[in-house]
Amino acid sequence: MAQTDLISEDILAYLDAHEHKSLLRFITCGSVDDGKSTLIGRLLYEAQMLFEDQLTALEADSRRVGTQGEELDFALLLDGLAAEREQGITIDVAYRFFSTDRRKYIVADTPGHEQYTRNMVTGASTADCAVILLDARKGVLTQTRRHSYLVHLLGIRHVAVACNKMDLVEFSEGRFREIEREYAEFAAQLGLEGFTLIPLSALRGDNVIERSEAMPWYDGPSLMGYLEAVEVDQERMQDAPFRLPVQWVNRPSSDFRGFAGTVAGGSVAPGDRVLVLPNRRETTVERVVGFETDLERAVAGQAVTLTLADEIDVSRGDVVVAADAPARVAEQFEATVVWMAEEPLLRGRTYLMRCGTKTVPATVAPIHYKLDVDTLERIAANQLDLNEIGVVQLETGSPLAFDPYVENRDTGGFILIDRITNHTVGAGLLRSGARRDESVPWQELEIDREARAALLGQRPFVVWFTGLPGAGKSSVANALEKRLHALGRHTVLIDGDNLRHGLSKDLSFSDADRAENNRRAGEVAKLMTDAGLIVLAAFVSPFRADRETARSLFPEGEFVEVHVDLPAELAAQRDRKGLYARAESGAIGDLTGAGGAYEPPEAPDVHLDMATFDVAAAAEEVFRVLQERGLVE
Amino acid sequence: MREVVAEAENPVMLYSIGKDSSVMLHLARKAFWPAPPPFPFLHVDTTWKFQDMYRFRARMAEEHGLNLLVHVNEEGLARGINPFDSGSVVHTDVMKTEGLKQALDKYGFDAAFGGARRDEERSRAKERIFSFRTAQHRWDPKNQRPELWRLYNARHRRGESIRVFPLSNWTELDVWLYIHREGIPIVPLYFAAERPVVERDGTLIMVDDERMRLEPGEEPMRRKVRFRTLGCYPLSGAVESEADTLPKIIQEMLLAKTSERQGRVIDYDEAASMEKKKVEGYF
Ligand SMILES: Nc1nc2c(ncn2[C@@H]2O[C@H](COP(=O)(O)OP(=O)(O)O)[C@@H](O)[C@H]2O)c(=O)[nH]1
Repeated sequence: MAQTDLISEDILAYLDAHEHKSLLRFITCGSVDDGKSTLIGRLLYEAQMLFEDQLTALEADSRRVGTQGEELDFALLLDGLAAEREQGITIDVAYRFFSTDRRKYIVADTPGHEQYTRNMVTGASTADCAVILLDARKGVLTQTRRHSYLVHLLGIRHVAVACNKMDLVEFSEGRFREIEREYAEFAAQLGLEGFTLIPLSALRGDNVIERSEAMPWYDGPSLMGYLEAVEVDQERMQDAPFRLPVQWVNRPSSDFRGFAGTVAGGSVAPGDRVLVLPNRRETTVERVVGFETDLERAVAGQAVTLTLADEIDVSRGDVVVAADAPARVAEQFEATVVWMAEEPLLRGRTYLMRCGTKTVPATVAPIHYKLDVDTLERIAANQLDLNEIGVVQLETGSPLAFDPYVENRDTGGFILIDRITNHTVGAGLLRSGARRDESVPWQELEIDREARAALLGQRPFVVWFTGLPGAGKSSVANALEKRLHALGRHTVLIDGDNLRHGLSKDLSFSDADRAENNRRAGEVAKLMTDAGLIVLAAFVSPFRADRETARSLFPEGEFVEVHVDLPAELAAQRDRKGLYARAESGAIGDLTGAGGAYEPPEAPDVHLDMATFDVAAAAEEVFRVLQERGLVE
Repeated sequence: MREVVAEAENPVMLYSIGKDSSVMLHLARKAFWPAPPPFPFLHVDTTWKFQDMYRFRARMAEEHGLNLLVHVNEEGLARGINPFDSGSVVHTDVMKTEGLKQALDKYGFDAAFGGARRDEERSRAKERIFSFRTAQHRWDPKNQRPELWRLYNARHRRGESIRVFPLSNWTELDVWLYIHREGIPIVPLYFAAERPVVERDGTLIMVDDERMRLEPGEEPMRRKVRFRTLGCYPLSGAVESEADTLPKIIQEMLLAKTSERQGRVIDYDEAASMEKKKVEGYF
């Protein structure tokens, strides 16, 4: 029965139904003119959430300033915000409400593109689901990627991509599939799984509430159908481990001491064994106190008061957790931070960090990197500016109980507060943590090659010098390293000699051992680039196949092969280390160039004719090529 | 509410006697049970409320042992401000807005709970739950804080204060349904009954006491009416109705589809936007 009929015929049944409806919160994201206002306006209209006076105003406005001729212009329902923006009022998110037979909805609408990241993150922080709009004519744009990245970052598990304005592409299935493919590719890159593409026309109403007849080829749900069925986060959180951040200690008299808070995960019942973090005191839940009566059980989302069996010290900011699945406790954290203030986040600054119900000072240790939200590229940074997102290390003065954000938004999300102005200047998502006093390794940290490199402010790569002994590999490598070092690059030079003195001590000069030596050299170079360093590797590396093996360890473009080319006779003449003389005398067998085979590179990245170049010129030539390839500025 | 009590030094709950205040009071009793709500309740009285409202206020204070503070802008009274001669705008501004500021200053409250909701009006959609005011009670639209997850930053400097709207995300239907489900008492004026009214500019105004000034030719008539919002009686429009039970009220509200604020005479009076009123300190 339609809502209206039920209201007039059986109001009590309607009220009962309304009371038991689930509440879904979703955020809408789109660029200007993608049709967001039209879509939300239509949802409100169709859900009959408009009052008569609003409707009259809408009709009048549509006639006066609307863009739809005689039709209603739904976008006008939301335009309150535009005027306010002109008055200079900051709007981060506007919330609107409607309900259907099955659910109640709160829509978070983030206006415009200014402050976009900050606003979207705010709106997304409380959403179960996101509707990302795109214009079917334009397809997946940079903004679409950005919106998708942000909703994914904020842990939204359900994303509907509303492919709007299908009427302007003749409801073409081909076009839709094209967009679908493109989006799927990007989503995979992002690790975004729960997404659904819906072709629709907000203006005409196709696939908004009812399935559209104009697109018989589409067999998925309408947008409303999708929203009615999607899972609500709070229901899912009821299965998570029990968490209750203590908000307030309730002590009306000496015989009652209760710990009040909102259950942030799982459920709790009298008799449950719990730990109070961060001090790890274990006890049993005695009562779950509701209003005027006790509860048998309380679940995620409910605000309750617990009493505990033992007299232990518990205060605001502590977290009561399931004893068999406790939260973590740490003093050092790795976190993704979204910066929301004009004044930048700086390394070394101390802010107040509010996580759960606890507020502690937190100092920004290194900023590992910041992210370009459009390309997902990681960039070295010493500060985060307004609307920038970065991965930083935070150190708190005291231990804090937490869960990684991906496991629990309420115990893993935090805000940063400026200590002077008291403003909320940043939002953060905890990824992992460590304790100072325990030798807990940072095993869970996702510090990878890019992160380390970003911290060093450079892009790692390998310059692999190959050539006969005495051709000048080490000298050129040395000269190049000085040049890079002077530019503030972090480098390391490894060469055949020092490798053979240590790591490859056990190897001979047999072909097999040369190959093994070469393999080790490649792996060492790789470890060094993983550390973020620029590696200059000087190895005879006589065999093409071995050099190719080394090359295969590195990403495309980050292995630069330099052939330091000096004919054997000249090398023997120059023979600075006396190798050729020793080979001559039989002290070294199979010296490459003096009997041992050398396979010159067929197409080296740089070819240095050492018969004509001196060391400085050779190094300069390599440097020029590195510049040309964009590896150094 | 718990959050504010934990963070603020001297919180207060604004109590306007209307249905939203009834819900707020109920929630406050729940939030701190078995302790009583650990803050006083403040009624900024314009002296022009319905007699039923005064009776209801006394009953609630008594039943729940509330620490009820009543503040009247005596200065306004002395100046002879009243809804008839001063007009609704000036009356509301002086007796309500000014009165509220006086009371907040007098008691030094740094946090005040109010019952406003985001669904009340289009422009309220973007309101924060914690709204910050300067020491002069001004709302600085550019300095409001983003609200993420369930984290509210209530820190403020001495002199600054916060208005907190716990019902922000409730709809009017939610409020009614909650009253129905929890059996929360509300002022009888919400229920239809025969009452003496006069019709003025298309609005039915109740003749609640002898202070009501009748225009020439106006004769109070008995009509079955109820009120959708309650304020000063000369400024509150009644609607004709048969709804004398909660389900009937809700039914009527859902089917009538005229938004709540229409009954407030104050809204017709001047084209002042909500924002302007708020910048000036209207709650
Ligand atoms: N043809 C067509 N036009 C649309 C559709 N949805 C929105 N529009 C139009 O696109 C323009 C921008 O829409 P609006 O809702 O204001 O976009 P917003 O900036 O994302 O809120 C308006 O002229 C709308 O009428 C659609 O599905 N089809």
